[in-house]
Amino acid sequence: MATTMTPTDLSAIAQDLSTDIDGAFAAYVRATADGIFTGALRMLGDRSDAEDVMQETYARAYNALAGYPPKRIEQLKVSGWTWTIAANLCRNRLRSRARKPTSPLGDADVAETGAGPDEEALSHMSAVLQAALLTLPFPQRAAVVLRHVLDMTYDEVAWALGRPVGTIKADVHRGLARLREIYPEEDAK
Amino acid sequence: MTDRLISDLQSLKTTAPQSAVDAAIVASGAVDGYVTRSSPLGTLYVAFNDRGVSAVDLAESPADFEERFAHLYGRAALPVGKLPIVISANLDRAIETGKPGRLPLDLSGLTEFQAAVLRKAAEIPGGQVRSYGWVAREIGRPGAVRAVGSALARNPVPVVIPCHRVVRSDGHLGKYSLGDPGNKRVLLESEGLDVGEYEALAGRGVRFVGSDTTGIFCHPTCHQARRITQAHTIQFKSERAARKAGFRPCRVCRPAVAA
Repeated sequence: MATTMTPTDLSAIAQDLSTDIDGAFAAYVRATADGIFTGALRMLGDRSDAEDVMQETYARAYNALAGYPPKRIEQLKVSGWTWTIAANLCRNRLRSRARKPTSPLGDADVAETGAGPDEEALSHMSAVLQAALLTLPFPQRAAVVLRHVLDMTYDEVAWALGRPVGTIKADVHRGLARLREIYPEEDAK
Repeated sequence: MTDRLISDLQSLKTTAPQSAVDAAIVASGAVDGYVTRSSPLGTLYVAFNDRGVSAVDLAESPADFEERFAHLYGRAALPVGKLPIVISANLDRAIETGKPGRLPLDLSGLTEFQAAVLRKAAEIPGGQVRSYGWVAREIGRPGAVRAVGSALARNPVPVVIPCHRVVRSDGHLGKYSLGDPGNKRVLLESEGLDVGEYEALAGRGVRFVGSDTTGIFCHPTCHQARRITQAHTIQFKSERAARKAGFRPCRVCRPAVAA
């Protein structure tokens, strides 16, 4: 599970990928998929979109790794690197959704809450917080999700989103401030 | 002081659905996925990738199948719980009827000749048999009878491409690539062919049967031939004998090139 994976485990996976991509690829996906799925779900608010993004992410990751020299793969911070792919796909998905007036973001979110088996377990608090996240502009939302839902460091978030650390810190700060306005702590149950 | 918002954000962590993770691994192309299906021969292992079904095999156990697959194709196979829609919609029917239908197949590892042989074999209806020589002639390579045999022996997707319907013309069923050699008989009998009767007929040298009312000759297992009543059935040991008797070849089973 990605959430319990230590950096040491992940560097062992990078090592394995550098010698045998096909042989180590399944272990790499299993080690990082929970994080990618969680992040995509929280950024997009829709399980099936999150699954699509996850699948596309790993298809691209596989093609990219196949073109890298072993030395480069060996030194890869796989979790952050995978997010460089996934974050772009999440952004693209939101853009293409915005172009389709028939499926606005809000609808997907409402339809999704309580839909899947996991979502039934999603408490009222989580549902409200998920909805609040979706009101943030994408750069803030992505930064908050990677930093505070997935516990990535500012450096990792900056790399994953391709922006300077200072910008990321400002986005996280603004994002949290806005969340506090629409998600007041005393109301949260 | 703990920050409620931050801890609530952390509680938004979740796990990816196993089936989606498997699908992502298979879709990447790093490995093939596989599922199992029951068949008259026992448990069939069916592997697939984004091109289609890549292998159908019998094995003692999942571990046995994975080892055989890796050895044959140089890739790993991963058990999955969910099939791509285009495969799940067509796989069971393809296994049941012994006909690929709309089931996508990955024949990318084969030569053009091998693929042509398999596509031709896939045209033989259930419960009927044709000879290796017939396949060779039909694909325009009448001299390549042995090569047809080799191509069928290396069929990566037996059952759904019914190589079991291609037999020797002397009445012996010939070799079969999927498990026990007797499996060829099991499959043909499960499709309703009376194998004993066919073997006896072919063993006596009969290659074709005709109807004296229509003047048409067929392969003995062609469904047209099976409609001929005993009193009107004429047996032929060769195409020449049939032609000499004034018979023309059936247009459905094409026992010979039309004159």
